[in-house]
Amino acid sequence: MLSVGIVFVYLAIVLYIGIFAFRKGKGSGEDFFLASRSLGPWVFLLSLFGTNMTAFAILGSSGMAYSRGIGVYGLMASSSGIIIPLTIFLIGTRLWALGKKHEHMTQVQFLRDRWECDGIGTFIFALTAAMLIPYIVIAMMGGGEVLETVSDHKVPYWFGGGIVAIVVMGYVFFGGMRGTAWVNAFQTTLFLLFGSIAFILIGKSMGGFPQIMESLNARPPTAALLTRERIPAEEFFSYLFIPLSAIMFPHLSIMCLTAEKIGHFKKTVIWYPVCIMAIWLPSVYLGVAAKSQFPSLTPGEANDVIIRLLTQNTGAIVSGVLGAGIMACVMASDSQIMALSTMFTQDLFTHYGGKEKFGDRVQIMAGRAFVVGITLIAYLIALALKDQESIFELAIRFAFSGFAALAPVMLAALFWKRSTKWGALAASTWVLCAVLGVWHLTAVSESIAPRPPAPPAATAMAKGKAPGKAMVPGKAGSGKAVQIYPDRGDLFLRGPVNVTVYGYLPVMPMVLISALLMIVGSLVTPPPSRATVEKYFPPARRS
Amino acid sequence: MKYFLVLIVAVVIVLHQDNLLWDSWKDSTLVFGFLPIGLAYHVGYSFVAALTMWLLVTLAWPKHLEEGEAE
Repeated sequence: MLSVGIVFVYLAIVLYIGIFAFRKGKGSGEDFFLASRSLGPWVFLLSLFGTNMTAFAILGSSGMAYSRGIGVYGLMASSSGIIIPLTIFLIGTRLWALGKKHEHMTQVQFLRDRWECDGIGTFIFALTAAMLIPYIVIAMMGGGEVLETVSDHKVPYWFGGGIVAIVVMGYVFFGGMRGTAWVNAFQTTLFLLFGSIAFILIGKSMGGFPQIMESLNARPPTAALLTRERIPAEEFFSYLFIPLSAIMFPHLSIMCLTAEKIGHFKKTVIWYPVCIMAIWLPSVYLGVAAKSQFPSLTPGEANDVIIRLLTQNTGAIVSGVLGAGIMACVMASDSQIMALSTMFTQDLFTHYGGKEKFGDRVQIMAGRAFVVGITLIAYLIALALKDQESIFELAIRFAFSGFAALAPVMLAALFWKRSTKWGALAASTWVLCAVLGVWHLTAVSESIAPRPPAPPAATAMAKGKAPGKAMVPGKAGSGKAVQIYPDRGDLFLRGPVNVTVYGYLPVMPMVLISALLMIVGSLVTPPPSRATVEKYFPPARRS
Repeated sequence: MKYFLVLIVAVVIVLHQDNLLWDSWKDSTLVFGFLPIGLAYHVGYSFVAALTMWLLVTLAWPKHLEEGEAE
């Protein structure tokens, strides 16, 4: 129980940080929602990075590396290492400058003003809010599960999830954006520091990484994990589009508005790839190394392979501290709750006259009430649908594609004078239809989904199974994709996890078609007014 | 300079797609005895990405946006 005690101490610390931030607050709406746009360079870097490091990233990456090998790093981490800082450099800095100049607090405020249209803002608000909610639900589920695992089932799921909900709600409620940013910076530092220590200790306990890798390399089934053999080239290519989603997530774009100076973006842009590497490299590497200690985990069990390694190979103190670090990632829902609260108050409450009518104090109260409401709803959903976690995991995957496909809309708004609300509306409508379409394809192909490749211990069991053929549940398979509609050839294929379009992830056609609709839709409709163009593209900028 | 930097970024993005190398790395060689070569490539790539970002920040920083800071 020592490790559980450490996790609780950690939770008390983050709650205190939130309350301390409350004392530093100035009581204004801009202070609660954007920390008065005053974050320094290091807090900005760590909180922006921490915001994007979720349980889905840490636990999911090691679980995926366990079954698909080291290629997962290139698939998700190094692609994010180039694309995310590039989007922060191109889009984040512009959002910051425009936000400061025109007092925007959300993307929607900018898009409404840029295209002189309330409707497009409301539509994008509804779309982004719907894609964000599954994150909050899964964080509550993750919190309950991590505490349950770390405590060896002594802390029940409902209690763990409830504690996480109360702590997150507490520091977001009191500390607002400043509390959220400070907690994120603290969590990221903790995870980077103790993650490295745990990595070394786990390696030592398992007999040293050279020996582990040699033993994996010695047997063909596990040697494949040290290559990209289990990741097709088409999938690898299409994953390059996923990180476009990062800057379109409201919690990240709103976080971009909190920097005190534009110069603070410099450290973030330069160090982002290194920070990604510091978190993902140990996660992916340990995920692969775990194959030597736990050779036959099911995909579901593999998702908490990092926690298994921790509890088996380190003492209670390190295990507890790292458990707290993993909780930190699980609790990344704080910035999503904060973003939703900001969007609710700015894009709905204030936009439709609430602030004008009731004042700044009521606006903050509305934001806080929203934090309580959304946390409570997420917790209740997490309790009610405990065994249907996969639904929310799927929703998150679709959310990544959806947000990535909205990136052309933002790029056009910032860089293309001729872009119009009709182009944006066409692209956004396409994104909604595509997300629903992919969801439908995933649901209808569930029964024919091939089983993942066999773990070494199960190789004999899977022997003789024809590749591509629908598998009997419970048996290992080849993982080879099958045609969803045989009469349409390879147009829609179903792999063990994903639906693909000619082997490419749906995100690729979603982004390309969104960009095309943005261009065509803008060119065939009247341009925005001269006043708007001059407001967002002032003459000095053209020189 | 602008086009040179665009070219650099494009080349770095293309370098992420290391398909040719993956074919020849199916032997899963271990660099320094513990790091699979494919992983070593992408670790190196992460540093190249950081270097590219440093180049962008140093040579193409959007100074005109700093005007808003004074307002």
